[in-house]
Amino acid sequence: MVKNISNLGDAAVYCDFGSEVNEAINSSVIDYFHHISKLIKDKKIEGITNLTPSYNKLIVSFDLTVTNYKKIKNFIEGLTINRDIKNNNQKIKIPVCCDDEYGLDFLRLIEKLNIDKDKILELYFGKEYFCYMTGFIAGMPFLGDLNENIRCDRLETPRLKMPKGSVGITEQFANIYTFESPGGWNIIGNTPKKIFDDKNLVQPALVNPGDKVSFYQITKEEYLNWNE
Amino acid sequence: MNKTYFEIVRAGVNTTIQDKGRNHLYHIGIAVSGAIDQRNYTLSNRLVENQLDEPVLEFAYQGPLLKLKNGKINFAISGDIFFKIIRKNLEVEDGECYKSYILDEEDQIDIISTKNSTYGYLAVNGGFDLEKTWGSYSINTKANIGPNNGKKYSINDKIFIKKIDTKSAMNKKINYDYSTDNIIRIIKGTNFDYFSKDAIDKFFNEDFLITNLVDRMGIRLKGPKLENIENTNIKSEGLVRGVIQVPADGNPIIMLSDHGTVGGYPKIGVVITADLDLVGQLTPGTKINFKEVSLEEAQNIFKAYTEDTNKYLNECN
Repeated sequence: MVKNISNLGDAAVYCDFGSEVNEAINSSVIDYFHHISKLIKDKKIEGITNLTPSYNKLIVSFDLTVTNYKKIKNFIEGLTINRDIKNNNQKIKIPVCCDDEYGLDFLRLIEKLNIDKDKILELYFGKEYFCYMTGFIAGMPFLGDLNENIRCDRLETPRLKMPKGSVGITEQFANIYTFESPGGWNIIGNTPKKIFDDKNLVQPALVNPGDKVSFYQITKEEYLNWNE
Repeated sequence: MNKTYFEIVRAGVNTTIQDKGRNHLYHIGIAVSGAIDQRNYTLSNRLVENQLDEPVLEFAYQGPLLKLKNGKINFAISGDIFFKIIRKNLEVEDGECYKSYILDEEDQIDIISTKNSTYGYLAVNGGFDLEKTWGSYSINTKANIGPNNGKKYSINDKIFIKKIDTKSAMNKKINYDYSTDNIIRIIKGTNFDYFSKDAIDKFFNEDFLITNLVDRMGIRLKGPKLENIENTNIKSEGLVRGVIQVPADGNPIIMLSDHGTVGGYPKIGVVITADLDLVGQLTPGTKINFKEVSLEEAQNIFKAYTEDTNKYLNECN
């Protein structure tokens, strides 16, 4: 449930679902996201230009020439969210090559976490993750939660260019760099799989909020010969 | 008949196609994009009698040198721009902004530079012949979305122009004085109380310098260090245009049209919608001040901004 609604500037509504990060709170954010998306599609509400769900917040942007904060706030407060909505969440398997040329930060992780590479991989691949949100760059999924023994802070100095496909971890989260971009996560491998497809106009992101994701390890040969 | 097009003889610093922007994609990480200065974008279309949401060419600092091929067009440039028209016979005319011109086959437009601003707009009557991606023509170079494979234009690229009617947009003019202001009005951000009293004091009373780190994603400022007494990180959450984030180093960053869609730095404020055009045009080395307004004031200022834009649109003749 939304705990507090405020304004983010003059053209967005900031819905706060709490300060913790967990699947229950995030599921509530995603339920609101799907519910409002459908109302926009069905033209039941006008002026909303974007919805940005994250771990525990939902930002509703609107067009100030069409509507205003008060109207959108009232609209959100008046919603009854049906928790039985089928969100079509998927289970997705993603291949990762963890050879040293792709796993850029194993040395750092081994030192910081005080466990060896095999153990890191065992813990990382041994879990199914929940997609809390996508964003920052197109299609980047924010997944959780990592096993407590492989949680590590961001790099002290972010890289200016993370290679496309880099698979990273930080704190309780895992992600995938869908494009070359600056970034500060610890990189343990690279996926050859297309995570964002701009030619797919209906659903360009492979992973969407609410999806379950598991990773599996592939060899360098499989990586280089990957064909979708 | 061969299609009319611009041949890019010199690409300029950052020449892209922009329009009103692309909505409903923040949730997958795609920013709104669109013209940084929406008013000047709209005025450029008006000057050539286009629909106001036609895509136009946006350029920054040094603009492109364009040669017209296979046809005759009307064009207009808006902003604070120094440009020349080089006729086929090599006669050179000084260009005036907010005025429509006829360009003949083999004539060139040399957009030499922006003056006291960063962006300018070139519209052609009839518009450019492009395809929409997700409801917009805007080029998003970050995610490579939009025309030209989502990349900024390079030398020898061609930009095709739709079927045109040069009669309708002859001799259009708007009396518009491009002006700028160093006072940026903001609404308190959702993490305003993360900052010390001293930091808030400095935020509203001291100068902030626009650094060289400026692009369509955002503007990095340098000023007094803004002390955060709560937490220099928040759990990543959505951003919108105009959000002012303050990372641990205490220097604010203002989000512009191509911003990352989520961020984990506290938000001290949000620039009001009516001042976004102004903020986007700020050039490195400029000093600005922040002024707080209420939500209600911001809404009234936006109303006045819209009326003002409409006044210029109606005055065009």
